[in-house]
Amino acid sequence: MQTHRSTHLCHSIMLSALMIAVTGILFLAGCQKGDEQQAKSEVTTIQLKGSDTLVNVAQAWAEAYKKVAPTVDVEVSGGGSGVGIAALVKGTIDIASASRNIKPQEMETAKRNTGKDTKDFTVGYDALAVYVHKDNPLNEISIDQLAAIFAEGGTVTKWSQMGVTIPGVSDDEIVRISRQSSSGTYEFFREHVLNKQDFKLGSRDMNGSKEVVELISNTKTAIGYSGMGYATPSVKMLCISPKPGEPACPPTIENTLTKKYALARSLHLYTLGDPEGAVKQYIDWILSVPGQKILEENGYVPADVAKPAN
Amino acid sequence: MTDPIDPVTRFTKTDFVVRKERIQSVSKILFSLMVISMIIPLLAIIAYLFYHALPSLSWEFLVEVPKKGMSEGGIWPAFVGTLYLVLISLAIAAPIGVFAAIYLNEYARDNWFNRIINLAVINLAGVPSIVHALFGLGAFVYAAQFGYSIISASLTLAIMTLPVIIASTREALASVPMTFREACWNVGATRWQTIRAIVLPNSISGILTGIILQVSRAAGETAPIMFTGAVFYKAVSRGDLFPYQLNEQCMALSMHLYTVATQVPNVKESLPYATAVVLLCSVLFVNAGAIALRVWLRNHKKW
Amino acid sequence: MNDTADSTLKNTLPQRQFLSIAMENLLELIIRLSGISAIIFVLAIFFFVFREALPIFFSDHFDLAKFLFNTQWYPTSEVNVRYGTFALTFGSISVTFLAMIIAVPFGLGSAIFISEFCGPKMKESLKIIIELLAAIPSVVWGFIGLTVMSRIIVSLTGAPVGVNLLNGGLILALMSVPIIVSISEDALKAVPDSYREAALALGATKWQIIYRVLLPSAKNGLLAAVLLGIGRAVGETMAVLMATGHAVQIPHGPLDSVRTLTANIAAELGEASAGSDHYHVLFLTGILLFIITFAVNLTADLVIRGIRRK
Repeated sequence: MQTHRSTHLCHSIMLSALMIAVTGILFLAGCQKGDEQQAKSEVTTIQLKGSDTLVNVAQAWAEAYKKVAPTVDVEVSGGGSGVGIAALVKGTIDIASASRNIKPQEMETAKRNTGKDTKDFTVGYDALAVYVHKDNPLNEISIDQLAAIFAEGGTVTKWSQMGVTIPGVSDDEIVRISRQSSSGTYEFFREHVLNKQDFKLGSRDMNGSKEVVELISNTKTAIGYSGMGYATPSVKMLCISPKPGEPACPPTIENTLTKKYALARSLHLYTLGDPEGAVKQYIDWILSVPGQKILEENGYVPADVAKPAN
Repeated sequence: MTDPIDPVTRFTKTDFVVRKERIQSVSKILFSLMVISMIIPLLAIIAYLFYHALPSLSWEFLVEVPKKGMSEGGIWPAFVGTLYLVLISLAIAAPIGVFAAIYLNEYARDNWFNRIINLAVINLAGVPSIVHALFGLGAFVYAAQFGYSIISASLTLAIMTLPVIIASTREALASVPMTFREACWNVGATRWQTIRAIVLPNSISGILTGIILQVSRAAGETAPIMFTGAVFYKAVSRGDLFPYQLNEQCMALSMHLYTVATQVPNVKESLPYATAVVLLCSVLFVNAGAIALRVWLRNHKKW
Repeated sequence: MNDTADSTLKNTLPQRQFLSIAMENLLELIIRLSGISAIIFVLAIFFFVFREALPIFFSDHFDLAKFLFNTQWYPTSEVNVRYGTFALTFGSISVTFLAMIIAVPFGLGSAIFISEFCGPKMKESLKIIIELLAAIPSVVWGFIGLTVMSRIIVSLTGAPVGVNLLNGGLILALMSVPIIVSISEDALKAVPDSYREAALALGATKWQIIYRVLLPSAKNGLLAAVLLGIGRAVGETMAVLMATGHAVQIPHGPLDSVRTLTANIAAELGEASAGSDHYHVLFLTGILLFIITFAVNLTADLVIRGIRRK
């Protein structure tokens, strides 16, 4: 009886092992089938990687482009402008997105690694906005003041030093909200506001632009920076004057285009050499009216499409 | 005279007993409060998650793709991506884990070498998930040239979850009484024949429990896949069962929760909650399955 | 004599197929290989992580003493790169410490309740709940910290920011309670019933039994439980990444934000381009973590082994 039982059980274990194996094989076969199907309809995958500022737009583009060209899959990864460009110059991705300009040494590396020059497409403009809580009475700030708040060795740590009292808060300490190092936004802010000096330690370094804005909307004593596309009703964008005494201007579309706003920056896509085939069609589509409309819907300023972007 | 103890006072508690009982009940209340204060907030938090997730939860949410810059729509690509990662990591970890447990329980003698193996298993279980991520990045993505892909991510997950399978399979094997094996050896069966005919059939449910626990662990992990194969977004058709190839990156539920919670602007309020609830429910559901299997196994134990 | 006896025995035994013997040997080989796989993997983890960390020792900006004991973490600075991880290590330690202050009493208390005060039914259901608690993914914990817990903390304490040391500590406490409960419950179960009976016979109260008998005799197991809880808390990544506020600083109180070693790697690894100093230094941080958790787990194992031997 026992032997019967155990042979029976033995079969059952073999069966379950078989089941696992079969599932595995079916699964792989399924992938294989997927391969074949895709091979038939010739699906092309475009890999796009880079700027966290652009990642949401890039995602929206990829989503919309699936409807325009169903045979093109676009993979979107964030990671930061530096990472996107680093991957591009290694030749591992098709398009790098960046919220800063490519550096000369990066172009050299690309030339050395792949024998190709990087090609730059300006796809839009963004204003780096400085956000505070909506109850904060402060309306404008100068670049120097920002540096005094954020830079290493900066002396401003309390709102009273700025001559500001925030209603309904006993704590006077400025809560600095920053981005994690090596995001394009962080580098841009460091270069244009802190004049390449380092940040003061102890700021809360968020992983996404959205987290910055969300934290500010929950914290009355906070100040932080993020792309203008991330504005919500519970935060306020400050007007920025390039120097104390000079007129401050708000981050608007016009001020961004005319560069009157001090923290305006251009948004780029980079490819290796002149793009061909699907990549070229994709970038052309991004620069065309529907692509630029998506950019605008995400809160950025469209590039001047009449002018050839280069 | 005959009965020195008054029948009334005979059963009255002395001060000592009263104090003792009071201490007893106080300590019982104290400790039960500790348990309650741990469980109640947790249930409240989970209820809160559910409450906020409700507006989004539907079948549609599961099979729909993310829309409008991931701020609306569903989670299909992430869900299916997690399935891919879990199944492939299971296919790798299950055989190795079960065999390793068989070795440790059936073959290994108690010597220094096997003590080191034991130690290695324990430490493998204790290695932080982010170190597994570093390892996956260094070993699979770069050294083995798999690139950022489903394969790299699944391998990393497999190694990370291996100790789960080893530990529970060992426990299942150890619960088979030694006399069963001895009886089998005595009729001339070899070691492997004994394992196949006696040990494995008698411990199969316990082994399956371990495998199920591996699934739940693998499905919930974020850090190891974030840097080896999970992607922010990938365009996938609605309800497509085979959207990914093994050398491509995929979306994953845990990673998706992280991105919608921290990165995507203007997300519909209930969407991250719903994603969290789906992840939580799948993991708990799988775990409950393992527990049910274990309870069933215990009730049907033959010895 | 012996030879003939052997050969007759051989002839009477049914001959096994060569193939099945070969199969069996093959299977045993596979089993043995799988058996040592754990060692291979642990060594491989150390090897590959160390291999990627190694180049940092040859960098000009790197100094091991500064790496361990300096609080300045400026991995991407353009003027003065500094890789000091002390603030991060301190962040990890303080979050873990806070978590243990909460988790150890509650964990031990729950274990005592489960093992000493419960009926079998109740015990079973509580253990299932604890097990389910242990299964909640860390990213869900992080999400709870980011949304639910941070609001609770802000409204209860009036802290400016809800994602801070306290938040991370609470979340980690909830995460490490299950492991503490299940291991200390095992340790209490291992105390022989005769001890309890002897104490009862002497007229000890339940409290006295717990305090004077159970805790002393199970103390090694309880210590191991706490150590494993610490191991879990130190290594936790996603939850602390989302819940602690991510600021590089030595915290002055539980309402300050901190950054841990694990969260730092998680936040910056995606952004450090492969081959850069920053990338290597993150791997070195990984080695540091690996060594810390290895030591903690090793101690716990030795403690548990000590009990078994006794």
